Amino acid sequence: MAQASEIRYLTPPSVEIKKKKYCRFKKSGIKYVDYKDPEFLKKFLNEQGKILPRRLTGTSLKYQRKVSQAIKRARQIALLPFVTDLMK
Amino acid sequence: MLNQYETVFICTPVLSEPQVKEAVKKFRDIIVSNGGDMIHEENWGMKKLAYPIQKKSTGFFHLFEFIADPSLIAKVETDFRRDERVIRFMTVKLDKYAVTYSSKRKRLQKERTEKKEG
Repeated sequence: MAQASEIRYLTPPSVEIKKKKYCRFKKSGIKYVDYKDPEFLKKFLNEQGKILPRRLTGTSLKYQRKVSQAIKRARQIALLPFVTDLMK
Repeated sequence: MLNQYETVFICTPVLSEPQVKEAVKKFRDIIVSNGGDMIHEENWGMKKLAYPIQKKSTGFFHLFEFIADPSLIAKVETDFRRDERVIRFMTVKLDKYAVTYSSKRKRLQKERTEKKEG
């Protein structure tokens, strides 16, 4: 008699403990994203200087809009590059 | 109607320190004499640019924060455009969150400078 406990997998089933993403602005109560702080904005860029999607950073839509606006302003006054390689 | 604005501009690195001060003074005078109310000023000094502008890789950054009528902005911006010493400028209107943020930032800066002196 086959029982549920006797089921054997060829590859062990991957037990992923997904870490829940959260919006860092909502969590820490930041209301305004400053474009004059490139070091902070770099957290939202990949190494080519592109803006990371919400799906990866977990930012809420409201603050993603503000982040992208701030990044674009920082690019205008040459605090952040439009394109690069190996930024970090 | 009055709004709070913030302008960042970059002067060419070919200028000497007194020349930069003179250019800054010119724009400060333009804002103040046309009814703008200067709240805060910051000199970031010589900084590296993230990408070359007019084949220059560095520049003198300066920040103005002021309260003014919206009609003043167009006037100041034409002056920025005409001046060859300025290689890049950007004016941003501050919303209510930005105003509280900037006042907090100013307070922190003040405390930091006082700590250095004290």
